[in-house]
Parts: sequence; C-alpha cells; structure tokens
Amino acid sequence: MAEDDGFEQRLRQARARQGMDPPPGRKGALPASGWGIGFRAGVEVVSALIVGVAAGWFLDRWLGTWPWLFLLFFVFGSVAGVMNVYRLFSPRGAARKQD
Amino acid sequence: MAAETGTIDALSQFQLTPVLGPVGAAVGFSQSNAHMLLAAGLITALIMFGMSARAVVPGRLQSLAEASYEFVHDLVVGQVGDEGKRFFPFVFTLFMFVLFGNMLGLFPYAFTYTSHIAVTFGLAAIVFVLITVVALSLHGRKFFGYFFPEGAPLWLAPIIIPVEIVSYLSRPVSLSIRLFANMVAGHVMLKVFATFVVLLGGLGAIGPLVAVLPLSVNIALVGFEVLVAFLQAYVFAILTSIYLHDAVHLH
Repeated sequence: MAEDDGFEQRLRQARARQGMDPPPGRKGALPASGWGIGFRAGVEVVSALIVGVAAGWFLDRWLGTWPWLFLLFFVFGSVAGVMNVYRLFSPRGAARKQD
Repeated sequence: MAAETGTIDALSQFQLTPVLGPVGAAVGFSQSNAHMLLAAGLITALIMFGMSARAVVPGRLQSLAEASYEFVHDLVVGQVGDEGKRFFPFVFTLFMFVLFGNMLGLFPYAFTYTSHIAVTFGLAAIVFVLITVVALSLHGRKFFGYFFPEGAPLWLAPIIIPVEIVSYLSRPVSLSIRLFANMVAGHVMLKVFATFVVLLGGLGAIGPLVAVLPLSVNIALVGFEVLVAFLQAYVFAILTSIYLHDAVHLH
C-alpha cells in the first residue's frame, strides 16, 4: 500500500509532540541529598509554625481572647509542620492514584 | 571594612543603600532595585539577542537561550502536565529572575536581591495568589474540598481543617524562607572566611601561610555557591510547578 510509509509512527510522534497522548511518567523530581532533605524538612516545620503562631496571634488580637487561640494555633502549626514533612517523604503519586 | 576594626562584620553586605544620588534617595531606589533592573535587562537581552539569529545550528548565545527555554519547559510540562503549558511564561520568568539574582550576587561588589525576605516573600506571594486563583477558577467551590480530604471521619474536621489551612498558608512562607536562608547563609559564610583571610594575613611572618587555609575554603565555597544559586532557582521553579499541579488537578 502506498500510504504505509510509517504513517502510524509519524502520527504517534506528532500526537506525543502536541501532548495529545500523556507521557508515561512524570520527570523532574526534586534533588535529594542528605543535607537538602534535612534543610527542607526544617524549613517546612518552621514555616508551618510561623504561620500557625502568626494566625493565632492576629486572631487573638482581633477577638481579644489572648492567649487561647494563640496556644490552639501553635498546636495546629506544629501538626501542620509534621504533615508537611510527612508529605515531603511520602511518595507524591500515592495520594492521587485515583486521578 | 571589617579588617580595620578586627571584627567580623558579615551582615553589612545586606544593607540597602540608595543609588542614583538624590533622585534615588528621594524615591528609595536602592542597589537591590538596580540589580533587579539589571537582571531583567540581562534576561531580556539573552532572549532577544540570543534568538535574533534564528539559526538552525545555534550559536553560543542562541543555544544558551534555547537550553534555558527547554529546561524550564520540560520542568513545567513534566510536573504540571500538558495543562501546564500556559503557565510556562510565568515559571520561566520566575526561574530566570531568581537564577539571575542568585548568580549576579556572586560577583564582587554585587548585591544579591534574593537575600532579602521581602523580595523572596513577594515572589512567593505572587505564586500563592496565582495557585489559589487558578484552583478557584478551575474548580470553583470544589477547591475548598482540598482542606478536608474525602473519607476522613467527620468528627476529625475541627482538627483537620485548621491544620490543612495552616499547611496551605505555610507554602509561600516555606518557599520564601528556603531561598532567602540559602542565599544569606552562603553570603555570610563567604564573608566570614574572607575576613579570616584578612585577619590571619596580618599576623606577621606566619600570617600569609595560615591565611591560605581560609582562602582555599573560600574558593571551594564560591564553587559551592554557584551550585546553590542554580539549585535554589531550580527548587523555586519546581515547587511552583508542583503547586500549580495541585491547583490544576486538585488531588
């Protein structure tokens, strides 16, 4: 047949190039060295604590309930920090198998 | 300046001073802003002049421009998927701005604008607003389901929802602190060891011999800082892409 000059292959390539077929795997992961991981885990915990403490402090100042919301959001911030670190180490694909 | 007093003054390098004389002082135009403008100009020049030849076999500048384009393009498409193509200009701009800021700061007498939390938090806040707006416009009210995962027991809601909100709000904070802390730590270490060179060098006859040690440390540190400068720009871009993926797909 005259059409059979690698048309299917070229079509597949063109489709892959235009992104009509999803690529098999996701590439480009975060670099993982020991220091890098440790530093990132620390940053995640500290930033969650900062946000928790700041949210509690501002809510307290607004509602006049010092220091109860501050203490509560300090705990929320700590838990969120642990959650952040947990998400850092758990494989990212596992949580969204359903998509 | 630190050597005359015999103390280590590692933080004065981050002080902002107005440039451009009285006009700059009047509008608060500091050397940080000047370096931002320089970085923006250099990025534009790289792309404009690099791509002006449009050669099939690229020259040096064109291959640099093409390599940076393809690097960020692969990063965004790899992380976000094909919906991420429309965010490519945003991530590319962000990546190049951070990369040039980090790299320019390594030149002698230059200023590192990414070593100020105000700058990095400003960039991270733009990312945060963008991912929130994207998620809201794509998913509408379903976006709020993000803060309470399906299948969790309902009585846990008073704990999970605030924790998830704090965790979500901590994204721009961690994004900005990571970049800012890396740049500050690197430049402080460079300055401290450079001061050691000067202080030890003044110790009479044995001074220059001992001063070789911190000097060699500093040489290694500069190489390390080039790596960190690139790596932090990469991490900033890839985390932006990961957040964009979450916003687009809303896992």
